[in-house]
Amino acid sequence: MSSQTTAPAEDVAGGVTETPRERVFALLQRQGGPVVLVLVVLLASIFSSGFASSGNFSTILVGNAYISLLALAETFVIISGGIDLSVGSMFALGGVLAAWGMNHGGSGVAVLLPIAVGLVVGVVQGSLIAYARLAPFIVTLAGLLFARGLLQAISNEGSTTYLVPGHSVFAFLGDGTWRPILTAVALFAIAAVVLVRTRFGQALFAIGGSENAALLMGVRVRRTKVFVYMLSGTLAAVAGMLNASRLQSGVTNIGVGYELTAIAAVVIGGTILTGGSGSIYGTAAGVLLLAVIQNLIGVHLSQYGSSASDLVNGAFLAVVVVLQSFLARRRAL
Amino acid sequence: MSDSSGVVLRLDGVSKSFPGVRALRDVSLELRAGEVHALVGENGAGKSTLIKISTGVYTADEGEVRLLDAPVSFTDPLQAQAAGISTIYQEVNLIPLMSVARNLYLGREPRRFGLVDTARMNRDARARLREFGIDVNPARPLRSLALGAQQMVSIARAVEIDARVVIMDEPTSSLEKREVETLFTVIERLAASGIAILYVSHRMEELYRICDRVTVMRDGQVVGSSAMADIDRLQLVSMMLGRDASDLRQHGSTAFAEGRDVEDDVVLRTQGLNVRHTLEDVSLDIRRGEVVGLGGLLGAGRSETARAIVGALHAESGEVAVNGKRLRRRSPAAAIRAGIAMLPEDRKLDGIVPGLSVRENIVLAALPRLSRMGLVQRSKQDEIVSFFIDRLQIKVSSPAQRVSDLSGGNQQKVLLARWLCLHPKALLLDEPTRGIDVGAKAEVQGLIEELARDGLAVLLISSDLEELIEGSDRIVVLREGKVVDNLTGDAVTDDNLMRALAADPSRSDDAQPAKDSS
Ligand SMILES: Nc1ncnc2c1ncn2[C@@H]1O[C@H](COP(=O)(O)OP(=O)(O)OP(=O)(O)O)[C@@H](O)[C@H]1O
Ligand SMILES: [Mg+2]
Repeated sequence: MSSQTTAPAEDVAGGVTETPRERVFALLQRQGGPVVLVLVVLLASIFSSGFASSGNFSTILVGNAYISLLALAETFVIISGGIDLSVGSMFALGGVLAAWGMNHGGSGVAVLLPIAVGLVVGVVQGSLIAYARLAPFIVTLAGLLFARGLLQAISNEGSTTYLVPGHSVFAFLGDGTWRPILTAVALFAIAAVVLVRTRFGQALFAIGGSENAALLMGVRVRRTKVFVYMLSGTLAAVAGMLNASRLQSGVTNIGVGYELTAIAAVVIGGTILTGGSGSIYGTAAGVLLLAVIQNLIGVHLSQYGSSASDLVNGAFLAVVVVLQSFLARRRAL
Repeated sequence: MSDSSGVVLRLDGVSKSFPGVRALRDVSLELRAGEVHALVGENGAGKSTLIKISTGVYTADEGEVRLLDAPVSFTDPLQAQAAGISTIYQEVNLIPLMSVARNLYLGREPRRFGLVDTARMNRDARARLREFGIDVNPARPLRSLALGAQQMVSIARAVEIDARVVIMDEPTSSLEKREVETLFTVIERLAASGIAILYVSHRMEELYRICDRVTVMRDGQVVGSSAMADIDRLQLVSMMLGRDASDLRQHGSTAFAEGRDVEDDVVLRTQGLNVRHTLEDVSLDIRRGEVVGLGGLLGAGRSETARAIVGALHAESGEVAVNGKRLRRRSPAAAIRAGIAMLPEDRKLDGIVPGLSVRENIVLAALPRLSRMGLVQRSKQDEIVSFFIDRLQIKVSSPAQRVSDLSGGNQQKVLLARWLCLHPKALLLDEPTRGIDVGAKAEVQGLIEELARDGLAVLLISSDLEELIEGSDRIVVLREGKVVDNLTGDAVTDDNLMRALAADPSRSDDAQPAKDSS
């Protein structure tokens, strides 16, 4: 970045110049999410009464803290060139398992059971993708159905909702205002370090960038792939578990379509859907942007009912995703 | 370090088949410590396959690989690397989106407290790449580097690994003379320290300069092995091709550009092309039947000129006209419609479509011309495809074979065929014979010549000076993005070109595009 003053002399040493236009496209694609987030927050603070209050801000943050972890998980998977459609179901399953565990063994089981199941489902999905070379899209779609099915089985077709006693250790875990926010912030921070500063993170970028080259360069491609789906499955289940603790129950009909919102947040954050490039902080911006928009829609369109807000939300997502892939393509040319 | 006979790596009776092809048949090879061992053969002879078996990318059907006299059977490249075999594969094998430094150290990043020490990595990378004559900010994405520089990164990476054996599959095919020299210094240093080097190349001069021994392959078999000093060029070539050397001479490119009429009407006119930091006021006329060579060192702007002409590179100003008609829209698609075809330098990136067959890859660009009322005329297609397969000696089991299964050089020929069958008015060729074996090279040059005779205007870019001199009617020399010289007629000589490239002012007549077309 320090060599922006590219004179032809640098070309002799092996550089190829980027045109200003290419640079603008690249910048928009990578930094568009954060910039739009700041703009929207500013505009909303000015024009929407009641938006800029600490009460509303904490509603937005707490309400999205655990869901944001799905986008976090998805960021890893997408950077590696894959996709995980099962995170929404795993989120719901994690919550139900936790509440079930609470009723059948106590706080310890409530915490460990979702982690174990998330891990196992993740490893199975990862192995099918890495070793049996099945398409991530298909495998995780099956995972989505499997997790839903398991959830239905535990909850007697969704008719039983397990409750978490409010005085238990487990209920304390995910409740409050600061705990959810700090948990999310901490996990995002750790994730950022893992992605940029560990060999595992580098391997993800390499595999997403070019799987074949990564293999020839000696990256443990298959192992890394299994690991990333394991990470994603576990993280999704943990997010669901924490959410159940906060809601003090294992809600069964939660999480439908969350994987799509998560993917949208990741893409808005500048991560390329085909893999090989992306950032955690971009995803954070993507999550927040979607949360803010949803909040505004809720306030201003509530009289039209939830279908209207779904409609606006969907349209917004479509526009953003189209724009992002357009920019990513321009950047790739 | 090695056993008494000095053999580090030994292949014994190795065979390998792919569906429909016997790529290797009972191949044996010995690689000794401290030697530079050339592996040569026509496109598709099996060189890359042999390498991939030695490094665990493929496993042999029969035979064994021994490292330091112990049998090994690697199942992935990582194991080979860990055992001390470092490889530069034929395809550029780095991650374009990742930074230069991260590519250089992937899997071996320097760490501090368990975390990658990015600052140190970038510092080390910069210092290391300087040794290889590359001076760039290592935090930049790899794909922002020129192809040659990317290749140097890949070489630096391979050498960085603590290895006993370094295998290089056509490392110089995208390098410039200067970079090749740097590489040779590195190779000499490696060999002196006792490392065994297996070196694949189609460039004969290189082999004679740095190799000690040579093994020749043909049709998946080893047909001979000799000390480099004991075999001359013609013997070597005829051994590779399995034909008489004299036969080749007659095919050769000696009379390449002679006896052809260059007509006076300009087909491709380029005026005042400016691309920021890259090209300055480049003007270029190519007439009917003329082959104009574009000379220059790395970074002089040769590929950029071609890319700017077809609109793949955005030019701030300047005009391009075909047969006097100015191109209004500037994009590769518009250029094709106007009759300009370009064979790009980076085939991997903008070239073959790996999933499609050889036939589909060849006719891809010509489809609109080959179809009537939206329906593709199969018979015409087949005719064209078999003409080019024959003419360019493309080694395929059938036209329906997947192009990604072809050897590197044969993929190259497929691409060349794609642009040739477009029947363009002007053809821009960026390194048309890179990675193509000596026999087919003469064919390609002959074909260019023939096309020019039929009235095509050709722009030829080649870092092979011999090819440039023999193949061009005149040579326009670029330096730092500017046209600095124009060699015409009898002035097209080795000496003059070298002088022009090296910016010697002693020859200063006709410094701008001249009018003559003798
Ligand atoms: N994965 C594969 N599937 C099918 N056929 C293959 C595969 N890889 C190589 N081949 C075939 O094996 C033969 C040898 O190919 P190889 O790549 O070893 O040639 P090469 O000597 O390296 O040629 P070049 O000089 O063009 O690089 C070719 O006929 C090629 O089509
Ligand atoms: Mg090869």
